[in-house]
Amino acid sequence: MTNIPETGRTSRITIRLVVIQILVFSLLLTLGGRLWYLQIRQGDEFAAEAAGNHVQQVIQPAVRGSIVDARGVPIADNETRLVVSVDRTELSKLPDDGEQVLSDLAELLELSEEEVAHRVRLCDSETPQPCWNGSPYQPIPITDEATTGQTLQIRERAEEFPGVSAEPTAVRRYPAPEGSRAAQVLGYLSPVTDEEVADSEDTDSPLLRSDQVGRSGLERTYDSYLRGESGVTRYEVDKFGRVLGEAENDPAMAGANVVTSLDSRLQAVVEEELVGAMERAQATHDDITGRDYEADSGSAVVLENDTGRVVAMASAPDYDPNVWVGGISSDEYARLTDEDANDPLINRAIQGQGPPGSTFKVISSTAAVNAGYDFDGRYECGSSYDIGGQTFRNFESSSYGPISLAQAIEVSCNTVFYGLAHREWQRDGGNNPVDEPNDYFFNTALGFGLGTQTGIDLPNEVAGRIPDRQWKQDYWEANQEAWCEVAETDRDDYPARIARENCTEGMKMRAGDMLNFSIGQGDVLVTPIQLASVYAAIGNGGTLYQPSVGKAVVAPDGRVIEEFEPQATGELPADDGTIDDLRAATERVVTTGSAAWKFGGWPQDEIPLHAKTGTAEGSGDQQTSSWLATFSDDFTVVMTISQAGTGSGASGDAVRRIWEAIYGVDGGGVNEDAALLPTPVTELPEIDDTGAIVPQVDEDAEENEEEGDQGQDGVQGQDADTFDGQEGGEQGEQPEGAERFLPEGTPASPGAGDSQAAWSGGPPSLLADDPRDHQTRREDE
Amino acid sequence: MKNHHLRVNRLAPDPGAWRRLTARDSVLRRIDWVLLLAALALSVIGILLVWSATRNRTEINGGDPHFFLIRQGLNLAIGVGLAVGVMWLGHHRLRSAVPLIFAFAMVFMLLVFSPLGTEINGQRAWLSLGGYTLQPGEFAKIAIILGMAVIMADQVDAGDRDHPSRRAVLQALALAAGPICVVVIDDLGMAMVLSMIVLGILLASGASLKWSIGLMLAGVFGAVLVWTLGILDEYQIDRFAAFADPSRDPAGVGYNTNQARIAIGSGQLDGKGLFQGTQTTGQFVPEQHTDFIFTVAGEELGFLGAGGIIVLIGIVLWRALRIARDSTELYGTIIAAGIVAWFAFQCFENIGMALGIMPVAGVPLPFLSYGGTAMFVVWIAIGLLQSVRMKRPLAA
Repeated sequence: MTNIPETGRTSRITIRLVVIQILVFSLLLTLGGRLWYLQIRQGDEFAAEAAGNHVQQVIQPAVRGSIVDARGVPIADNETRLVVSVDRTELSKLPDDGEQVLSDLAELLELSEEEVAHRVRLCDSETPQPCWNGSPYQPIPITDEATTGQTLQIRERAEEFPGVSAEPTAVRRYPAPEGSRAAQVLGYLSPVTDEEVADSEDTDSPLLRSDQVGRSGLERTYDSYLRGESGVTRYEVDKFGRVLGEAENDPAMAGANVVTSLDSRLQAVVEEELVGAMERAQATHDDITGRDYEADSGSAVVLENDTGRVVAMASAPDYDPNVWVGGISSDEYARLTDEDANDPLINRAIQGQGPPGSTFKVISSTAAVNAGYDFDGRYECGSSYDIGGQTFRNFESSSYGPISLAQAIEVSCNTVFYGLAHREWQRDGGNNPVDEPNDYFFNTALGFGLGTQTGIDLPNEVAGRIPDRQWKQDYWEANQEAWCEVAETDRDDYPARIARENCTEGMKMRAGDMLNFSIGQGDVLVTPIQLASVYAAIGNGGTLYQPSVGKAVVAPDGRVIEEFEPQATGELPADDGTIDDLRAATERVVTTGSAAWKFGGWPQDEIPLHAKTGTAEGSGDQQTSSWLATFSDDFTVVMTISQAGTGSGASGDAVRRIWEAIYGVDGGGVNEDAALLPTPVTELPEIDDTGAIVPQVDEDAEENEEEGDQGQDGVQGQDADTFDGQEGGEQGEQPEGAERFLPEGTPASPGAGDSQAAWSGGPPSLLADDPRDHQTRREDE
Repeated sequence: MKNHHLRVNRLAPDPGAWRRLTARDSVLRRIDWVLLLAALALSVIGILLVWSATRNRTEINGGDPHFFLIRQGLNLAIGVGLAVGVMWLGHHRLRSAVPLIFAFAMVFMLLVFSPLGTEINGQRAWLSLGGYTLQPGEFAKIAIILGMAVIMADQVDAGDRDHPSRRAVLQALALAAGPICVVVIDDLGMAMVLSMIVLGILLASGASLKWSIGLMLAGVFGAVLVWTLGILDEYQIDRFAAFADPSRDPAGVGYNTNQARIAIGSGQLDGKGLFQGTQTTGQFVPEQHTDFIFTVAGEELGFLGAGGIIVLIGIVLWRALRIARDSTELYGTIIAAGIVAWFAFQCFENIGMALGIMPVAGVPLPFLSYGGTAMFVVWIAIGLLQSVRMKRPLAA
């Protein structure tokens, strides 16, 4: 200010101006500081907020991969349907918000205006179904059953239908080649829950509200492979939701295809034979109960011995898996879950369990050998076996005198095993067990993989049960209270006496328990898949494999992503000699033993078959359930039917026909051309240049296959919306628990004081009818 | 302007013209170029930001993305023209016209309440004339500055007194009270700006401090009174409430301030680039070409650009304060100080509002906000500043 000439101004004004200057610049500094704080300190947070502000995601669903059988024939794939969708964003740009377009569309599609309007409205807490619960930026499907004519109309009159698209879209379908439904093995899809959508939000493959995920069977186990990755297109939108531009576009990746070890031709035979056997049983009179057999449910499994791979797996009753496609209707769902329907959703091959009856004797024989008894020794096969005033009878009270274990298996003699089990029980201390009992019978059974899940690649497998000492203890602890309550009453009837004894002694392993166990009766439970893997292990020389259905995962481009090698889970607790003995004994079952009457004329020299029959006691007035376990050098076939009589009687013909189909046996001769599987399939199906799996087609079946092939090719690698039928939106979960063949609980262990062994029928144990008892048992399962 | 060379060399050949222009006391040499260039820079940046903010607002630009670009360019041209006119006239010659200017501004302001007035965003502060809307309140700023300067500097510049007399201060306050009372009804922001101008003038005039203190107390008392008596409209209270707690009503009033903050904050250091701002393109910030123009700068130009704008404003204020100090007459000092108070408060309020540290009040950002009247009066103010500067004696 030195250069300012005299102005006559006072210093007061100069000071005031300096004050103003300081004030002004501190204000500007404040702004600068705040600007720094917002942009530099908190910039990242605001940048994230801004990014979330203006970007909307549109997700293109990925086409679900196919499930094919071992020869590449699709058993679950997609068919192309014409789906008409409406884009709300486009409609909102119209002056009337697209009302006219929607009413024109309703007329064209022959739907009511109201229905179309309901489908495109957005769901909120006050909007009743039907409504759209997906993103408002997502095209909303109006129908998946548009005709070609309607589609052409929409395309040709595009200016009249702005925002309306008609596209061929992939919809899940189960083509059932050769009529093989494999319903429970394939499983089903159902709409995702809100929770699943929320959980998947931050993952690489977010789920759409309209998505379907596998709920059961292979669809569930391999869901992550089959589902693929949905594509995400991010649109920049303004405050009003108008699209400004496309920010990012990750195209959808079609799901991978799963190659299974199933053979749909054999699957069809197995399903047909299982149902046929059940129908024949239902027409057969049961002399014991005086009624025709119920044959209410059944299951059959075909395994490869050397790999544990499942070639066929049937469970009856079954259902048409296509009822789930496009959302199951509530009527259909009610029908499937109705009590009379007898749980068709259950895969009884892995979720059904029951006493294995005499099929268990291969295990008991091994246990006896392990305990030091000679396989070729001589053991008394009397008509009955007495312990402490209790009589355990042989089947039809037959008597064979002293026989070897091989013969005991061949003729299915119970009393031989009663004697062995009883002696071992006594050696272990009887009613006052030694500290470390040998428990050869229990341990051998556990060593055969019973009592634990096989680990098959299907969900919700049950474990079966080996009723060893620990189980007895646990079971007693769970039921003691109920038993003792009955015991304290003044009643002196039969159930009260049992309860009184069980109240104090129920944890003890009784001689009767041991005897029942040795012939696969009483509390022991096995699943068909467990029994099949036991016999497959005997068939392959002693290696237990984890059964598997999935063989490989093939990417849409044909790359094999993953090949599932057979997983050995252990060796049978039997030396090679014993296994050879068992093979020889079970072969004689086919030639001269209990199954011989069903396998007359079988070319045993060319295709040696082995078998063991089983007839499991039901509880109360229930009929006996049939088991038939058979194996060749390469395959094992196990069939069981609940309440259908004897193993050979009920299942013998059906199992024989399955074998005939496998090896092409025709009237005593082998016709290799007719054989479905002369040897197990080891190679993966052929994959062509486009990455598609080429189904291997039999000449006589060519016509059928081609149809399926076309459907498959039509959707390969194509991005499309999955149409979700709105009415199917709310579906219950499949019941997860196990289902026993015997609907009401099988009898509790009768115990040593029980004068009636389960084997010989007689008055039912009322214990099983105690509701509390029943409840605990269910928990046990 | 009394320039002797001008007369003497009137008939001289061309080379003299260049010398005239470059002479120490020529107009070109006496203009404050730093002030002029800073003001021009701010205006040009403002035009770009307005363009960016309105490019795709089809509902206001009538489908022409350049509509606001052209309009604001025109506003600037008119503004610069007005500034040149003011410089040519000189603030001294305007002195005699001040009563007329003041009266004209008052009538103009009152016309707002006639059928010619237009209501925008709940504020009746616009005049609609032949498709062009004017904001008469803006002229009141000039009118008050000139009016108060004339009254308070009169005796001092005549050498009668060192400082304005009590009587002069009272007269000046009475003069300013008129326009303030008119705008306070419908335009709180404008009333605040006018009050700050009055305060700045009182301080700079050398009038007794008790006037300034008294005015500030009156302001506080008035604010309390207005608040408790519920004179304010609902929307005005809403704006204050949103400032205090924007998260309280994120979808309503608080939404605007929140979105403004997101826009600025997301610009980070170097911004998203002109026209690249997602908040701007997505129109998440309301009134973005007018009151919230700073958010465009924050988002698209980042801390460097937005900070640069604050620096440019600082330069303008620094030069204006220098002009106030260097003026040989109190008249010039008061004019410059009034303009400083005006610019400083308006910039602080406007940017502070966008940054969330000041309540929301409809105050444009000088040079940058879209608006004809605002641009005109700001450039008239630049013309006045240059005039005051040119009037000062040559430095030794």
